[in-house]
Amino acid sequence: MFSIPVFLDSFYPLFLAARYTLLISVLGIALGLVIGTLICAARLSPYGPLRRFAAVWVSFLRGVPLLVQLLVFFYTLPVIGIDVPAIVAAVVTVGICASAYISEIWRGAIAALPRGQTEAAIAIGMGPRDVWTRVILPQAFTMSLPALINELILLVKASSLVSVVGIMEVTRASQAQAATTFRPLEVYIAAACIYLLINLCLAALGRYLEHRTAV
Amino acid sequence: MQAASVDIRKVNKFYGPFHALKDIDLAIQPGKVTCLIGPSGSGKSTLLRCINFLEEYDSGEIRIDGEMIGYDAPGRRMPGRKLRGMRRAIGMVFQQFNLWPHMTARENVAEGLIRVRGMSRAEAGERAAEALEKVGLGDKMANHPSRLSGGQQQRVAIARAIAMEPRVMLFDEPTSALDPELVGEVLNVMKALATEGMTMVVVTHEMGFAAHVADQVAFMEKGELVGVDSPARILHEPEDARIQAFLRTYHERNSF
Ligand SMILES: Nc1ncnc2c1ncn2[C@@H]1O[C@H](COP(=O)(O)OP(=O)(O)OP(=O)(O)O)[C@@H](O)[C@H]1O
Ligand SMILES: [Mg+2]
Repeated sequence: MFSIPVFLDSFYPLFLAARYTLLISVLGIALGLVIGTLICAARLSPYGPLRRFAAVWVSFLRGVPLLVQLLVFFYTLPVIGIDVPAIVAAVVTVGICASAYISEIWRGAIAALPRGQTEAAIAIGMGPRDVWTRVILPQAFTMSLPALINELILLVKASSLVSVVGIMEVTRASQAQAATTFRPLEVYIAAACIYLLINLCLAALGRYLEHRTAV
Repeated sequence: MQAASVDIRKVNKFYGPFHALKDIDLAIQPGKVTCLIGPSGSGKSTLLRCINFLEEYDSGEIRIDGEMIGYDAPGRRMPGRKLRGMRRAIGMVFQQFNLWPHMTARENVAEGLIRVRGMSRAEAGERAAEALEKVGLGDKMANHPSRLSGGQQQRVAIARAIAMEPRVMLFDEPTSALDPELVGEVLNVMKALATEGMTMVVVTHEMGFAAHVADQVAFMEKGELVGVDSPARILHEPEDARIQAFLRTYHERNSF
């Protein structure tokens, strides 16, 4: 039988674990934004080797599952003598993985801007810096917002994978909880509720931001 | 005779093997309106866009008030900063308006004044308001482009260009994207500019505008400048068979 008290009791430890889920997703997307922007800039640069490096970066990270990336990264670090806490390794891996998708989101948004937008700026005598910061990026950002929120939601879900490297985020915590209580059904449904709650909040945030930036 | 505002000499332009502009010679006198007409694909936009070097030309010279644009010497590109300096003096209005959708009408006009002419926000705002008043949009300054009709958007685009106080204005089919009932308001603003003595180069399919406002009409076909003359000579008594054929199709299409 489904036990309501067990179900409710499992929320507290899972809420604590949700801090890690959020930490990894939010720091992951922040890092992904920084690296992704650089990769996108490299992809659009006039310098050939830089463009090729960025293209390889993107296709490699999009072609290998995050779980495999995590395991490779996690077991490579000690071999090359880098000793960092598992959580740092997890954030970095998630961030690097996200950078590939984010750079493609940027690139798509920039490519979707009509050429006339930059031509109007150039015709007035604006230099490349102003054209980018005043005309291209603000519009690309607004256009990308739905895709970026979507990416964040994917990361929240993907963060369950870092349980394999021993971090007590929601999925790992629910496994532990299920093992001690012998009530997997209640515990995993509680975990599902927590993921759903986080992602519904993010989706609402996304709609709010979209609404605010809409012109 | 005065020195030309825009002096185009022996200009050639290729897109790969395609010869888009063939030995174009055209002088545009200060304070005069030149209309560029001709069939689709004849190179009108290409020529116009070479004048502010949005498109590079491959040989020949284009001089703005005596100074060659794009090149320091034939074949040697000028530095970006110098080119941008020259572009400040050349306003351009596009068929698709190309207003920046994330800025209000006023911000669209003020942006160039702030970024390019280095004005303070307050001063640029003042100037933008004046320019918008001038095109009859004093009451729409706070609207974003999406809240303006096509005709209003194009007038904002004209205000954006004239606020920079250019010496020459280029128009590429400024009314072609407009519903017929909105064409008049834009042409009226352009006429007013012409009356004030603005030097203008206008690519247009509005033969009425060419007939009544232009000081000279240039006809292009297949990358060649076939004829340049007064509107009366080009539009009413053309000698060249190609111009006659073009006008015949124009009249057939516009009569019912
Ligand atoms: N970027 C480009 N690459 C290759 N060919 C081009 C390019 N831009 C224009 N052309 C070609 O050059 C020719 C002239 O084009 P242009 O746009 O100047 O014509 P137009 O007279 O302005 O025509 P329309 O009345 O349709 O605007 C056309 O045949 C066109 O296909
Ligand atoms: Mg054209």
